[in-house]
Amino acid sequence: MRACALFSSVLTALGFAVFVATALPPARAADAPDPAADAKAFRDYFVKKFPKVKLDDFVNGPYSMNEDMRKQWEEKEQFPPYEFALEAGKEMFATPFKNGKSYADCFANGGIGVRQNYPMFDEKEGKVVTLELALNRCREANGEKPYSYVKDEMASLTAYMAFTSRGKPFDIKIPADPRALEAYQEGKRYFYTRRGQLNFSCATCHVQSPGERIRAETLAPALGILNAMPIYRSEWSGMGTISRRFTTCNSQIRGVPLEPQSDEYRNLEYYLSYVSNGLPISGPGARP
Amino acid sequence: MSRTIGAIALAAVLLPATLIPARAASDADFKTAYAAADAAEKQAGALRNQWTTTEAALAAARKAAEAGDFDQAVAQAREADALAKASIFQATSEKEAWKALEIK
Ligand code: HEC
Repeated sequence: MRACALFSSVLTALGFAVFVATALPPARAADAPDPAADAKAFRDYFVKKFPKVKLDDFVNGPYSMNEDMRKQWEEKEQFPPYEFALEAGKEMFATPFKNGKSYADCFANGGIGVRQNYPMFDEKEGKVVTLELALNRCREANGEKPYSYVKDEMASLTAYMAFTSRGKPFDIKIPADPRALEAYQEGKRYFYTRRGQLNFSCATCHVQSPGERIRAETLAPALGILNAMPIYRSEWSGMGTISRRFTTCNSQIRGVPLEPQSDEYRNLEYYLSYVSNGLPISGPGARP
Repeated sequence: MSRTIGAIALAAVLLPATLIPARAASDADFKTAYAAADAAEKQAGALRNQWTTTEAALAAARKAAEAGDFDQAVAQAREADALAKASIFQATSEKEAWKALEIK
C-alpha cells in the first residue's frame, strides 16, 4: 500500500515533469545566457532607436549619429589623422624581432586580415585573448619586452592589423566550453553594472544615450563600438587603444580603472565584440 | 538603483555631522580614522569597484597628516571611509541590479 502510494506520487511527479518539459520552450532557465538571442536583441534595439542609420554605419561611432558630424568626418577621411600611426604600425609589423621571427609568425594568415576574429576564447588557457594581449604575448614569446597597452606602439600595431581587415565582419566565436560562456556572461555583467561615484554603467551612456552630447562630445552607440578601434582623437592628440578607451571611460565616472587587460576588460571586450558580430571592421578610426 | 543613489546621497548628508571633532584631533585619531577608511577601500578593491574620489580623499588625508593638520586629516579620512562604504554598497547591490539595464 505504502509502496503503491509512493509509486503513484513518483508517477505524478514524472507526469508533471513531462508536462512542464513540453509546455515550456526547450529547457532554458530565465537566467541562462543565450548569446545569439542577446546579440539579436542588441542589434534590434539600436536599429529601432536609429531607423535612419544604416546597419554598417554604426561602426562609425559618433559620426553615425548626426549628419553634420558625418560631413566633417568624410572631409577628415581625405587626410586621415591616423595615417602616421598606420605607417608606423606597418613598419613595426614587418620588422623582425632580434631572434629573426616576427609578428606574422604568431598569427593565422601571417596576421593579415584577422582582426575580426579577436578577442578569441583560448580553450587551453580557459580565458579570453584580445588582439592587444596576443600581440604582447607574441613579443614576449620571442624575447621582446611587452608594450604598454595604452600607448602609441600598441595603437600603431593594432591600427595596421585593423586596416588589413577593413570591411571584414566581426566573427567572434563562443566555443562549446562552459568557461567561454561564463566569460561572455561576465563581460555582459561588467557592461551593465553601474560603477564610479557617478553611478553610471557603460550602458547608461552608450545604450541609453547615444547621439546625446556630453560636454563637447557625442556619445557613440554600443553597437559596433569596437569596430573602429584603435582611434585617433584630437582630444588625445594621438591614438588610443581599446585599453586606453576602457580605462578613460571608467575614470570619467570617477571609478578607478582596472589594469589594462585584466580579466574583466578581456571579458567586456569579448561581449561587446560578440554582440557586434556581422558589422564590418572599420579601424583605425578618427574622432573629433 | 535608486537605492544606490539614495545611499550615496545619505552618505553625503551624514558626512558633515560626523566631521566636527570636540577637540583638536591627534595623530592617533588620524591613524584610527585612516585605518578604517583604508580597510573599507581595500574591500572595495576586492570587489573591483574603487572610486577615484575615495583615493583622492585618502591622499588628502595623508598629506594633511604629514603637514601636522590632524583635524583636516581626520576629516578627509572619514570622508574617504564614507565614500568607500558607498562604493561597497554599490558593488553589492549591483550584483543583481545590473540585470534591470540589460537589453532584452
Ligand atoms: C559618462 C558616460 C560614459 C560612460 C559611463 C562610458 N563612456 Fe565610453 N565614451 C564616453 C564618451 C564621452 C566617449 C567619446 C565620445 C564617443 O565616441 O562616444 C566614449 C567613447 C567610448 C568608446 C569609443 C567609441 C568611438 O567610436 O569612438 C568606447 C569603445 C567606449 N566609450 C566604451 C565604453 C565602455 C566599455 C564603458 C564602460 C566601461 C564606457 N564606455 C562607459 C562616455 C562614456
